[in-house]
Amino acid sequence: MIAWGYPATLAAALFLLGLIGLLARRGLVFVLMSIEIMLNATGLLFITAGMRWANPDGQVMLIFVLNLAGAELALGLILLLRLRARNKTLDGDSAILLRDSP
Amino acid sequence: MIQNLLWLVPTAPLIGAIMLGLFGPALGNRLSGLIGTASVGIAAVIAIGIAVTGHGHPFTQTLWCWAALPGFRVNIGLYLDPVSLLMMLVITIIGCLIHLFSTEYMQGEDGYSRFFAYLNLFVAAMLLLVLADDLLVLFVGWEGVGVCSYLLVGFWLTEPQNGWAAQKSFIVTRIADIFMLIGLLLLSIDLSTLSIQPMLAAATAAWPHGGAVPTIAAALLLIGGLGKSAQVPLQTWLPDAMAGPTPVSALIHAATMVTAGVYLVVRLHVLFLLAPAVLTAIACGAVATLLIAAFAGLVQSDIKRVLAYSTMSQIGYMFLALGVGAWPAAMFHFLSHAVFKALLFLSAGAISMRLHHEQDIFKMGGLRTEIPAAFWCFLIGGTALAALPIISCGFFSKEMVLGFVFSAPGIGPALWGAAIFGALLTSIYIFRAVFIVFFGPVTTEASGAYGIRIILPIVTLSTAALSIGWLETPHFLGGAETFSNFLVPATGAIPRHAITPLVPLAGICVPLAGLGIAWTLYRNGFWHAQAARPATALAGFLRGGSGFDAVYDALFTRPFLWTVAVLRQDPVDQSFNLLQRAAIIAHRRLRLTQTGQLRRYAGWLMAGSLATILLLVFG
Repeated sequence: MIAWGYPATLAAALFLLGLIGLLARRGLVFVLMSIEIMLNATGLLFITAGMRWANPDGQVMLIFVLNLAGAELALGLILLLRLRARNKTLDGDSAILLRDSP
Repeated sequence: MIQNLLWLVPTAPLIGAIMLGLFGPALGNRLSGLIGTASVGIAAVIAIGIAVTGHGHPFTQTLWCWAALPGFRVNIGLYLDPVSLLMMLVITIIGCLIHLFSTEYMQGEDGYSRFFAYLNLFVAAMLLLVLADDLLVLFVGWEGVGVCSYLLVGFWLTEPQNGWAAQKSFIVTRIADIFMLIGLLLLSIDLSTLSIQPMLAAATAAWPHGGAVPTIAAALLLIGGLGKSAQVPLQTWLPDAMAGPTPVSALIHAATMVTAGVYLVVRLHVLFLLAPAVLTAIACGAVATLLIAAFAGLVQSDIKRVLAYSTMSQIGYMFLALGVGAWPAAMFHFLSHAVFKALLFLSAGAISMRLHHEQDIFKMGGLRTEIPAAFWCFLIGGTALAALPIISCGFFSKEMVLGFVFSAPGIGPALWGAAIFGALLTSIYIFRAVFIVFFGPVTTEASGAYGIRIILPIVTLSTAALSIGWLETPHFLGGAETFSNFLVPATGAIPRHAITPLVPLAGICVPLAGLGIAWTLYRNGFWHAQAARPATALAGFLRGGSGFDAVYDALFTRPFLWTVAVLRQDPVDQSFNLLQRAAIIAHRRLRLTQTGQLRRYAGWLMAGSLATILLLVFG
């Protein structure tokens, strides 16, 4: 039995870092990167879990997550480009067209 | 048998009304007037035919069954006895004359054919009322009369105050009708029929004399009658009903509408005899009405309002006769009143027609030489109203009423005293109007001329007003009893008691005294001076009909309007509105969170996820 606590803790730390980046950064490129970090943290947790229960499903899920991350990144970058063309900025707080506060 | 054509009497004016109502404007004025007059004329001819060939036996014509329930059946049928025959004759003949008068009087008015449609419907409803065999059918006619009076009083519908007057007459009589309807329900529950003759027979068999149930039933029906007949305390609508055209006033006051209450009591006199308390109340209310109305008549300046109050006062005499059980006297006064009041109103209409529809008597004067035809007719009507002896029909009928009132047991002499005082006032106020309008210098020039359609009705009515009094004369003038003998099959014989010579003597002297007083005050210039001065408190009080309007305003109208103002907000609905308001406030708070900022949404997302996980793990 390999100690699974370390990788799990690392995954949690990575996820927390990504989360903080997501909540704190205004630049949308950094937000995307934070999401990638959070996804990677999830992938790491899947592998760790697969290792812990000796189950290959965890590795299958990692491949899924990586695919998802790739697709999401492609879409996200397109959206960023569109936003930049429109707003001349990548500040996330400037994209508030759907707000409803008076 | 011409009797079998009885159904045509109310139907002919109804057909006229429907034709005029549907095709009126397309027919043109000439044809509209012709149809309107002819339909009532046909009814009058049939009525006269029935009267001439009839032999006095009550005659029932059942047309069809309206409703048949277990133990309760309503037939639409007509019932003809001397009382309804008399009413029918008066309504059709005087109605026909009024229609004829209107064809010229209303010339050039907007809604000419509409006017005749309403008049025909009015006559039809009144004929149904008097001929009905069943109280429920009578009630249909009763309501029809109410609707038509509403339509006709508000005929000139562009003036808002005419609409108010029409609504007032409708609402006041409607309040009375509700009581009448309750009375009808009471009768139908207790006697399980509303067919008049069986119902009266059942009432005498089932109820004791002076019992509680007949008293309540009679009182409820009486209130209905008081409303229609403009008696205290439901008289306030009548003076305002002068807003309608003058022929309408003639029709309402002479032939239709206000006499309905008198007819109802005579028709159901068997029931009223079971309730002596109600009869006493009728007599006392009648005296109050005739005095209040006579005082009001003294201070009016509008010629039509003088006549309106005189109607109220004369109907008071009829009710006084009813109150002492003198049904033939009430009917005789009804007959003579119908003739002379139609005459007075038509003459007044004829006068104002020549003066550009001026109705203020103080703006008239010296018309005796200007329009002699109207003067003589109005004078004949005025003498009949004042009951000047021998020459006028009003004298004979009022004499009959007063004779019965005096010989009534108990409070009879006291009622007689009040009534003879009322007669004095009547004579004063009508001759005040006559002198002011027709004597003295000419103040307004008359224009135009009368056609035959104006002259014929007023001359016919004048002749009748001079002659019909001889149908029934006091003892010292031959003691003819043609009229009461005619009514015997319907009302039973009501013997006249021997009375002191004082009573006819007073009846002769009092109108002459009134004439003298009116002339003296006119010569002194009192009437004109009184009109020129600002009205004193007393005169204002009397002119408004002794303050009934103000009392009703304070007692009923204001509380009602206040309640309306309170309930308009709907207090119950307010509690449900609270829910809606809470939802709106919550919405305003929550929409603050919808900032559009991605970071914030992500934060909430995380917080939510975290809360869920914590709940699942530790919950």
